[in-house]
Amino acid sequence: MEDAARLLQLVVNGAAAGCIYGLIALGFVLIYKATEMVNFAQGDIMMLGGFLAFSLIAHWGLNYWVGALLAIVITAAFGYALDAVVLRRVIGQPQFAVVMLTLGLGFIFRAGAGITWGYDSVGFATPFTNKTVNLGGLVLGQDNVSIIVGTVILCGVLFTFFSKTRVGVAMQAASQNQLAAYYMGIPVRNIFSLIWAISAGVAAVAGILLSPVSMIDVNMGFLGIKAFAAAVIGGFGSIPGSLIGGVIVGIVEQLAGYYLPAGFQEVTSNVVLLAMLILRPQGLFAERMGKRV
Amino acid sequence: MSESLLRVDGIQTFYGPIQAVRGVSLDVAPGQIVTVLGANGAGKTTVLRTISGVLDPEHGQILFEGRNIASMPPDQVMKLGICHVPEGRETFPFLTVKENLMMGAYTRRDTAGINQDLELCYEYFPRLKERQHQRAGLLSGGEQQMMAISRALMGRPKLLLLDEPSLGLSPLLVQQIFGIIKRINQEQGVAILLVEQNAHIALKTAHFGYVLEVGRIVTADPCETLMQRADIQEFYLGQKEAGVRGQRRWKRKRLWQ
Repeated sequence: MEDAARLLQLVVNGAAAGCIYGLIALGFVLIYKATEMVNFAQGDIMMLGGFLAFSLIAHWGLNYWVGALLAIVITAAFGYALDAVVLRRVIGQPQFAVVMLTLGLGFIFRAGAGITWGYDSVGFATPFTNKTVNLGGLVLGQDNVSIIVGTVILCGVLFTFFSKTRVGVAMQAASQNQLAAYYMGIPVRNIFSLIWAISAGVAAVAGILLSPVSMIDVNMGFLGIKAFAAAVIGGFGSIPGSLIGGVIVGIVEQLAGYYLPAGFQEVTSNVVLLAMLILRPQGLFAERMGKRV
Repeated sequence: MSESLLRVDGIQTFYGPIQAVRGVSLDVAPGQIVTVLGANGAGKTTVLRTISGVLDPEHGQILFEGRNIASMPPDQVMKLGICHVPEGRETFPFLTVKENLMMGAYTRRDTAGINQDLELCYEYFPRLKERQHQRAGLLSGGEQQMMAISRALMGRPKLLLLDEPSLGLSPLLVQQIFGIIKRINQEQGVAILLVEQNAHIALKTAHFGYVLEVGRIVTADPCETLMQRADIQEFYLGQKEAGVRGQRRWKRKRLWQ
């Protein structure tokens, strides 16, 4: 009984961590599907979102919800500007240029954050910090539960947006066939910048949800590497796949941390990734129809 | 043809260093169907792409309702009332047929008018109504072509650019689609610029025709006249005089060269 409860707790904690990976992976996938660029700065954008929320809530004394919302909006606007000013220019350049550019941007963001907020870990009070919920004898930290619930809500919102609204469907359309989208009068460039905004906003949500669990610091963006594994496991290009990939990585990591000797936890995400690439290289949810040329 | 809806004036378009269109001029009057004939690589598609703004011409003007649209991006051109049905359909494969059609009306806000046009498209192509909740990628080639034409109609164009609507379709389906194209022109009063390799059906459908060869317009005439011309009959309609096979192949030159 004890063991079962323990296991369940590990799974919930893992799922919570996995949701964070999943959210960052979602950002990778959204941008990749639209522009065929891989944004390696995605984790660092999450870090910026976390620091922004810290400034607004801990420094300026804003209410948690107001501060969080504002941080998300500002980060999203930053994402839009990033595409409109910088990344739009490398469309059509070799993939390598994009990789270098986004990796470089990641360095700049980390340095900028270090100058602005310092290199120490910071945190701020959230309504979920150090509280627990009791679910039928299972004691869970509210911080972890809030991550899972927040992710589920965010996914619901995004799903509705992409399938029901005019702009959301246009985003899908522009991702599937850019030329045809132009012919329909869809302002494809702005739509792509909006997708960057959404990805950055989602990253900010991840940073804010993560803040009660782990402190915010300049190097938290390296979570992006695990999120990248999550995106590949999900079949780079599938939105549900990226979230499920994230949750898989998170849970495996937690279980490895508990049951395996120290040190294994850190490498498990890559082990899962390698296993996936060997067994099912197209990922869990590869799209059935290829892009027509 | 005093008042033209579209006037293309000496455009030259390049793909990198390669010149695909070497000074093409043509006119489309309101309510008219104009066809551009030509062999593979003559530059037909390039002319349409230049008009719709995907490519910018190096020289020349494109006047639409008197406005120069030569350097406008394609989404702006579409907003002025030029809808392009691209070669090879270019669907949104993961969206449903209905969503595809609604994307054609992306720039419009009048819900009532959009629904009315949707019904109109379903009336022209009842097959699309049956398939409206299917993904476009699962449609047959003919259905995709119907969808692409309908999707362009959803933008309420003043001018429809049709690029090879017969591509890859069975002869029966080609007849059917061209029948609808004619109906659209007559009933909606939409001017159509039609690019075709199937010269036979294009000349039967259109009012006025241009012949494009290696990036240049080599002849322009009303379609009835074009159909009677010996060179057109021979090179584009595939009709030959009996017993002169050798002469036809090797001796006679095209009149315009």
